[in-house]
Amino acid sequence: MNDVADWDWAPGDKCIADVADWKRRFPVVHEYTVTNDGEKIAAIVEQGNKAVTVCVNGELWPVVAERAWSLKFSPDNRLVCPMLREYEWSIVVDGSPWEETYDYVWNLTFSADGKSIAANIKKDNEFGICLNGRSWETRFTEARDVVVSPDGSRTASMVKVRRVATLDIFSFAEGVITVAVDGEAWERNFLSIWGMSFSSDSRMVAAGVNLDRLTYTVAINGVPWERTFSHIWEPLFKPGSYDVFAPVKIDGLWTLAMNGSPVWDNSFVQLWEHRFSPTTNEIAAVVAVQFGKWTVARDAVPWGKTFRDAVLAPVFSPDGKRVAAIVKEDDRYTIAVDGTAWNERFDMVWDPVFGPDGSRIAVKAERKGAYFIAVDGRPGRESYDYLWPPIFSPDGEKVLIRCIQGGKYYRRVRPVSDV
Amino acid sequence: MARMQRRTVADLGFDETIKNLSPDKIARTIRYVLEKEAAARLKAYVDTCIHCGLCNEACHFYVSYDRDPSYAPVAKVRQTIWDMIEKKGKVDPETVKTYARIGFTECNICRRCSMYCPFGIDIGYMMILVRRICGLLKVAPSYLQDQGYSHMYTYSQSWVAQDDWVDTVQFVEEELRMNIKNARIPLDKEGAEIMYSPHSLEAKFKTNLLANIAKIMNVARVDWTMPSFDGWDSTNQSMHLGDHETMGMVERMHFSAGFRLKVKKIVTSECGHSFRAAVYDGSRSLGWKEPPITYLQPTQLFFEFVRDGRIRIARKIEEPVTVQDPCSIVRNRGLGGMLRSVVKAACEDFREVDPCLEHNYCCAAGSGVINYGPPWKFLRMEGGRAKIRQLQATGAKIVIAPCHSCHKTIEEMIDYYKADMHVMFISELLVKTMEIPEDMRTPEGKGSDQ
Ligand code: SF4
Ligand code: SF4
Repeated sequence: MNDVADWDWAPGDKCIADVADWKRRFPVVHEYTVTNDGEKIAAIVEQGNKAVTVCVNGELWPVVAERAWSLKFSPDNRLVCPMLREYEWSIVVDGSPWEETYDYVWNLTFSADGKSIAANIKKDNEFGICLNGRSWETRFTEARDVVVSPDGSRTASMVKVRRVATLDIFSFAEGVITVAVDGEAWERNFLSIWGMSFSSDSRMVAAGVNLDRLTYTVAINGVPWERTFSHIWEPLFKPGSYDVFAPVKIDGLWTLAMNGSPVWDNSFVQLWEHRFSPTTNEIAAVVAVQFGKWTVARDAVPWGKTFRDAVLAPVFSPDGKRVAAIVKEDDRYTIAVDGTAWNERFDMVWDPVFGPDGSRIAVKAERKGAYFIAVDGRPGRESYDYLWPPIFSPDGEKVLIRCIQGGKYYRRVRPVSDV
Repeated sequence: MARMQRRTVADLGFDETIKNLSPDKIARTIRYVLEKEAAARLKAYVDTCIHCGLCNEACHFYVSYDRDPSYAPVAKVRQTIWDMIEKKGKVDPETVKTYARIGFTECNICRRCSMYCPFGIDIGYMMILVRRICGLLKVAPSYLQDQGYSHMYTYSQSWVAQDDWVDTVQFVEEELRMNIKNARIPLDKEGAEIMYSPHSLEAKFKTNLLANIAKIMNVARVDWTMPSFDGWDSTNQSMHLGDHETMGMVERMHFSAGFRLKVKKIVTSECGHSFRAAVYDGSRSLGWKEPPITYLQPTQLFFEFVRDGRIRIARKIEEPVTVQDPCSIVRNRGLGGMLRSVVKAACEDFREVDPCLEHNYCCAAGSGVINYGPPWKFLRMEGGRAKIRQLQATGAKIVIAPCHSCHKTIEEMIDYYKADMHVMFISELLVKTMEIPEDMRTPEGKGSDQ
């Protein structure tokens, strides 16, 4: 039921679970999580001292653990939780633990389709990644972060290749940090790494690397660009190509570089969070045109309107024509679309969700502790005790609302006009 | 001006690193920073200073070292920035070591002197430039460099492994339940009101401080969280090292964590420099005028809790109590009134310190000096003489210091000067005095921490 078209899109309400009852049944209920299709809600629940399990739609997993955390539904609706049982951690999927056990598990991550489950692991004081129940054969002095390739078959982490004693500044200055892919470390080490990402065919990995003070660049499969910059942010492969784009700092200002050379002809006080259009060659990024004046630039052209506090990562519409972003001014949030901010302001707003044809935007928003959906800047009629981001039906006419109201979790399908 | 007479200190971060410096590299680095990064503001300060010495008495080093003129603020500038400008950066490695010693160890960038300068000249800013230059040349106290490398890799100052952090939080939560029924420390709770951002020491050696914060958050029934991922640590020693690039990476990671968790506010630990990095130096280096998410020091949060009755005081401290006003949060952010308000609510006998509030003396450990390790401890002890005398004069038995650096150095000075007092964080004060609501009490726990 991972295909949105297969979900139940009949308008109406479905009460999935009486979550208030969970709070009566268990002394401690952790945070709720729900599936994309809205059919399931789950939480870690504690039955007593070190007797922890998972409750999903009111049913308990058969597994009882001493500790559990980071409970998540994968994009294909499997329920996954790192659990500690008899002093060993493992990953439990839909109530069944993986055979492998670890000293610790963290950074639970999924491939885009949800078929692959990965996490950082520590075993016998060595670090690596486990992917679908099998950990890397080579492990490292330390590993931080998990990136899963688009096809779900590969993983990368930032690793420390040898132990360095505290205060051994000279060894560290030589570089002991690099990227390991599927357990294999790049040949070259660096002072630091910023942002790892796979190419869309899952074959290449790019990362921002630090060679020395004021000497930053991008390394692809371990090989740095020839040109260096005084600073750099996370590199990304352009989808469907091996072209790598990264924000770079030159003479005190930021611009966008491709494969080691600047490609935008203007520069900014700041530039980060660049995103690719799904249909064209266009790139949008967050920029500060002046100190404290933030906006989005599309192919180096900033929107006319700027925002004082912050602008978050831009989101392209599926047809690539429109760009929206969360913007913040005077400590209030809203959405700006193609340079125009909605009039409504919120205490918090979540990422803009475009309808399939790009004409509509729906968001989860919050004011004074009440959650609601806003469509194209208009707050919905109903408010909820809690809410997950809205999802459009494939025809764009309906919205799936996953909400908690009066102690019950509902899955609601509403025509957009009726939100 | 007296010649600079200083005790010899062996520190590989100075002694070894200068061996790799060529005159060309030194000159290029000095010119890069002074001409490309600092130009206009620096020129204004250099052209304006009339060497009047009105700022001398402001400096705790000058006062503590019996008014030795070589510790006067203007002397520090004369021996560093002006020297570099005069010589156009053409100096030898030994001179760089002298610059580094002054910039890193004889100025806490407390900015007290600026308040007494008729032109408001910011000596601290010029010492930051000295640190920037020496940091780029990798000439800096080895302990500080080590922490800078830790930030490059872990975004935390103490090499905290990602699993250690989460494990610590889960352990602290388990321990906390001895005292607070069903206490929670929710990690990664999206949409929480507050993200608490601890000092890395709270994840390693001082987990009791994390437990204290968690206890207060639970008792005040706060909707709070912490990230399980990098960005949780509020410290930023790269700022002190003049490594603006890593400082920016750390702050971006920090605020990205807040945006990812959709929190309304970030509350830093009881720490001065973390606050300064997030609110001023770090944010501004990234292009933000103000921190992009409302950023509070615990002093502000606790003030609100007590004012709004979310924390009730069950039993006041009876011994005389005074405060240390940390420069980063009082002189530079005006939180001294809130600090006093909380202290007075929890203590019977508050003794004001003189001078106080924005005029308060620096503890001599600020700007990373607290972290330089045993070789440099004397510096804090001797440079802090003005501070300890000031505290002793109050007759207080307890000093409330809402800053990790102030707290540690005053504690050490109490030992060094045989002063009859002890130091507490403001969170410790609240944990000792607050009422635990009926529904949170455990059979093991009591109404307040004893
Ligand atoms: S320590 Fe403080 S008062 Fe002394 S020179 Fe530095 S900024 Fe000025
Ligand atoms: S900094 Fe100001 S007070 Fe100090 S010597 Fe210069 S002009 Fe005088």
